[in-house]
Amino acid sequence: MRQFWRTFSHNQLALCGGAVVSVLVFLAVLAPVLAPWDPNRPDTRKILAAPSSSHWFGTDPLGRDVLSRVLYGSRVSLSVGFVSVGIAVAIGLLLGSAAGYYGGMVDNVVMRLVDLMLVFPRFFLLLAVLAFLKPSIWTIMTVIGVTGWMGVARLVRAEFLTLREREFVIWSESVGAGALRIIFRHILPNAIAPILVAMTLGIPAAILTEAGLSFLGLGVQPPYATWGNILNDGRDYIEIAWWLTLYPGLAILITVLSYNLMGEGIRDALDPRLRQSRVGRILRLGR
Amino acid sequence: MALFALRRLLLSIPLLIGITFVSFVVISLAPGGPLDFLTPEDPNASPEVKERLVKEFGLDRPIHVQYWQWLKRAVRLDFGRSFLPDGRPVLTKIGERLPVTLFLNVIELAIIVGLAVPIGVLSATRQYSLYDKITTVFVFVGFATPDFWLALLLMILFGVQLGWLPISGLRSLNWEYLSFWQQQWDFFAHLVLPIVVATFGGLAGFSRYMRQSMLEVVRQDYVQTARAKGLSERVVISKHALRNALLPVVTILALALPGLIGGSVIIESIFAIPGMGQLMVQSVFSRDYPVVMGNLVIVASLTLVANLVADITYGLVDPRIRFGGRRGRRS
Repeated sequence: MRQFWRTFSHNQLALCGGAVVSVLVFLAVLAPVLAPWDPNRPDTRKILAAPSSSHWFGTDPLGRDVLSRVLYGSRVSLSVGFVSVGIAVAIGLLLGSAAGYYGGMVDNVVMRLVDLMLVFPRFFLLLAVLAFLKPSIWTIMTVIGVTGWMGVARLVRAEFLTLREREFVIWSESVGAGALRIIFRHILPNAIAPILVAMTLGIPAAILTEAGLSFLGLGVQPPYATWGNILNDGRDYIEIAWWLTLYPGLAILITVLSYNLMGEGIRDALDPRLRQSRVGRILRLGR
Repeated sequence: MALFALRRLLLSIPLLIGITFVSFVVISLAPGGPLDFLTPEDPNASPEVKERLVKEFGLDRPIHVQYWQWLKRAVRLDFGRSFLPDGRPVLTKIGERLPVTLFLNVIELAIIVGLAVPIGVLSATRQYSLYDKITTVFVFVGFATPDFWLALLLMILFGVQLGWLPISGLRSLNWEYLSFWQQQWDFFAHLVLPIVVATFGGLAGFSRYMRQSMLEVVRQDYVQTARAKGLSERVVISKHALRNALLPVVTILALALPGLIGGSVIIESIFAIPGMGQLMVQSVFSRDYPVVMGNLVIVASLTLVANLVADITYGLVDPRIRFGGRRGRRS
């Protein structure tokens, strides 16, 4: 742990990323206190007002304060990020460890399933599923999670394949430990590093996906403010109200960038072996 | 080689069946069946339409029979008719849009590869130089920039503020009245923004892989040998290293293809380009679900074919893959 912290704290970019991420979480949690205006209260006297001292980010077509909406939007983005990655990791962990531990037929079935899921262009699949479901924040989280576990499964499987042959696993098998015990007590704790990295890098990807869906109008539905929604609102006004486009997009950019920097930093610090190797590559491909 | 290609071909058959299966599962996701969405106030929900659909999809039969019926038709690329008033066959609708999407994606891919290879090679051969650092920053920003946001910003800048480029569709309204060359120019101008946006994100990823792949190859013994026998650095890099570094990129290209095609959903709907992505979004909104399903199956099958082509190409250029049987990851 100390070793981890030493390496991580020497990586300035990763530290910056981590700091920004903490600030963002802080802002999201305290949004109700920090937001200068009610994000959902329209004001007909201030429709599409340019940024000013009372509305730093201007107002939208209904006269709502964009800064407050961006702040509230960060709550949606972060929770979608965390929950959907949680779902993806749970599925990936389950299938990946089954494939890596049992091998043979199980492995074959799981890996073909992974191949199958990867053949579908993600947005087409997401849209097809959402066409049949009632859009809500929970649907979005589930759908993003259920279509995004393939990278984690591959990763976990790869870890299991190497760890499975190690002495301590063979030893515990020989003294009669059950499969579940070996998986959860002996192998998984040793595979935790890449899984953690996968989670950190998965969150920004999920945030981007949610923003894209909301932008198309298929994500979290109004009146809830999300970054994608605000951008969608601003789409019809790009000729007169640039602030509706600039600020929420910047929020996405900064969030995703700092999570990525932090994630890469964690990866390098946790395990130098992983530096520039499988994890990033496998994950990016899953996108 | 023929054997290798044949084996790959056979392996993709279960995947093709899988595609239809997943698509069918998606249909049955709708609680109460797909017809549930045709609410009374929906103008498409006349009793005749419902009756036609029940018959078309065999909704009164057990689920495995339904799948079998659907599969039999899907194999013949018969995805039924659109729910929209025009009621045209799904395949016709997709057929009109497919060339547009394919055309855009092929151009994007060509530009991405054309730019990413030199960028990646330069950054790998000058690791930790200023150039390398700048490209690294570019890569991180590229990964983090939402494509739809970039599209909007460029539309504001070049379309609205400067007025240099058109921001929607593929043709101007007065297209018919332009001369031949003006028409070509008009078409080209409409393509600039969508292609720039689509290329941006992909470029970041590919130049990174190229750099990585190059860094790995440069450390190999045969590159050292080439240097040791006194070849110039140029020759070492361009002849010995680059060729080997390009190999894994072929695979990555194929694996990244679904992402690129998926990106056309957003780009086509922002720039109002009449391709499959736009069709998908429109059909989702109008709950035109035969079109949604047809689109999903076709897009996935196309990706599968592209993967197959990439696999076989890889086998052609790298004998280790062909004879090794299993596909080993070099790293």
